[in-house]
Amino acid sequence: MITHSKTQSLEQTLSAIVEQKKELPGALLPILHDIQHHCGYIPQIALTIISKALKQTEAEIYGVISFYAHFHLEPQGKHTIEICRGEACQSMGSMALEQAIKSKLNIDFGQTTPDKNFTLEPVYCLGNCACSPSIKVGDKTYGQMTSEKFSSLSEQLSLYKISLGEEH
Amino acid sequence: MTTRITTLYLPIDTTALSMGADEVAKAIEFQTTANQQAVKIIRNGSRGLFFLEPMLEVETAQGRVAYGPVSIDDVESLLAQGMLNGAPSHPLYLGLTESIPYLAKQQRLTFQRAGIIDPLSIESYIKHQGFNGLSNALTLLAQGRQSIVDEIKASGLRGRGGAAFPTGIKWQTVLDAKVSSPEQKKYIVCNADEGDSGTFSDRLLMEADPFSLLEGMIIAGLAVGATQGYIYLRSEYPQAHKILEQAVALAYQHQYLGDNIQGSDQNFDIEVRLGAGAYICGEETALLESLEGKRGLVRAKPPLPAIEGLFGQPTIVNNVISLATVPTILAKGAQYYQDYGVGRSRGTLAFQLAGNIKQGGLVELAFGTSLAEIVNDFGAGTYTGKPMKAIQVGGPLGAYLPEQQWHTPLDYEAFSAIGAVLGHGGIVVFDHSVSMTEQARFAMEFCAVESCGKCTPCRIGSTRGVEVIDKMLAAHQQGQATTQAELNTLLVDLCDTMEDGSLCAMGGMTPNPVNSVLNHFADDFITDQPSKHVETLLKASAKEQH
Repeated sequence: MITHSKTQSLEQTLSAIVEQKKELPGALLPILHDIQHHCGYIPQIALTIISKALKQTEAEIYGVISFYAHFHLEPQGKHTIEICRGEACQSMGSMALEQAIKSKLNIDFGQTTPDKNFTLEPVYCLGNCACSPSIKVGDKTYGQMTSEKFSSLSEQLSLYKISLGEEH
Repeated sequence: MTTRITTLYLPIDTTALSMGADEVAKAIEFQTTANQQAVKIIRNGSRGLFFLEPMLEVETAQGRVAYGPVSIDDVESLLAQGMLNGAPSHPLYLGLTESIPYLAKQQRLTFQRAGIIDPLSIESYIKHQGFNGLSNALTLLAQGRQSIVDEIKASGLRGRGGAAFPTGIKWQTVLDAKVSSPEQKKYIVCNADEGDSGTFSDRLLMEADPFSLLEGMIIAGLAVGATQGYIYLRSEYPQAHKILEQAVALAYQHQYLGDNIQGSDQNFDIEVRLGAGAYICGEETALLESLEGKRGLVRAKPPLPAIEGLFGQPTIVNNVISLATVPTILAKGAQYYQDYGVGRSRGTLAFQLAGNIKQGGLVELAFGTSLAEIVNDFGAGTYTGKPMKAIQVGGPLGAYLPEQQWHTPLDYEAFSAIGAVLGHGGIVVFDHSVSMTEQARFAMEFCAVESCGKCTPCRIGSTRGVEVIDKMLAAHQQGQATTQAELNTLLVDLCDTMEDGSLCAMGGMTPNPVNSVLNHFADDFITDQPSKHVETLLKASAKEQH
């Protein structure tokens, strides 16, 4: 449960992020990136803070957030796995890989595993097209991915979670 | 005892990292420390020979010797077999890097430094002719900005993002355009939203030689009197982001950016801005909207961005490769660049060999080589070893070419003549297992996902396109030939409407891949049933759309 003081400190943090960037020309995307980088998603309360600072309506800000696939209004899993759906990856069997990953994790695109460890997202090209098929986990891209390689990778990423305990 | 320090090179570009370059670097450090061998590992950019990544190079008296593709399991045997001396006995030995045929046969102008230098060493950049173009541009500036623009015009450079618009003419328009009021300024915007599947040349350039892009932008600023530059980079490229941010900071430290650049009294600033996962923001007007902090909706043209662009002011929007080629043109002269290429396609294009290809990577060549030569001589056929069936050139909005078109010379006009596009130079190879029905359907599906939604033909047309193809599949399964034929006519009509009625190339060019399947793979369309796993996915995505 989020305590009152924690809510306040989240508000303060968000305000500080917004203050830092609000004078930039076209500041909204840089602000949203910073907030998502800090929180892992864009909390509802951020819309109010941005709205005041940029003198834009919350509806406008919501419109921008919802336009871009990269921004999320809900908390994501600890690891976001993006599977490339571009043609180059398709030519190397990415559609079969996509299905294997979905059934391994038992979730579809846009969903998070019940243990909150993985969120699955589609991505349209990672620019790693000479070593297809590719997936990205966080900031790291993996080339020539197979369902076997994915199995061991997902186990590693799950072990990591157990050894460090649930953060946050 | 004095030990000789051996210099090794191991790339830090996304592809090398995706194939385990960091792990290899750690293994080398660990094992050489244990063996008391003195080595220095320079993390260079990639040479673009991606089928050999991670490619390890060792500095020898004869030049750099390469080994690859190296995995952590190879490190022990490489060290045992004299890799540090460039010994040839190991199976991964590739000889002198510069003599590897894949590289030796290329004409590297824009990518002249890629993989050679440490991307974050400004000293190394300067040592390899970096900033020569800027220095010449500053000299030309004494005769007026027009003389720089004239040089770009004379080079014949055309926009490498895909539209192939003459760069010099765009610059001239911005040079001639006036800001709306004295406190306003002109802008240089670099389009680094490289979203086309099968392309990675922008990414490779930014990760291997970022200063060449910065230098090109500074020169563009001098040419048209702009003092602010933005690099709009897609968020799918975190490694390029990291490298660019550091390169920009270094350029400020060394007074190549900021006020009074190199004592010239000229100012130029660059800021890197991140996109947020919208393909449409690669379209220049959607990109400008996004930079202004809005939804990436396409603007109607005119006015052209060159006249009313970012924040309503005259703006150059150029692709990464166009801008990164500018320093070479200024350093070596327009004629030098103009001497490469054929017809109206001058200079070189960085082709990107991708998909089901044995030797994928970056191939920079003068325009005019045939597609078949590239996929066979460089690509060495498919990765799976099965015969090639179709080649998609120019990204998701490009046509699928059948075998009879593979002899087409790679130049803008020759491709346009066969109803195809060269685009950003991406070449994606498919073997015989491909379902052309699935590819045609995906073209529509992709447009439905990525359409900005502003114009109806693109927003609705793409969704209807998916539905029509699904209905055709159902009609075929039920043996309803007449219905299938009627739907085919409907699909052709729909493609015409999208082509003629869309606001930008997204909706306007989505029919390219669909029509190419209808025209050149008519026997396969609808009859080559998508595979089982694909059918499941098709059903799932059809459900989402309803």
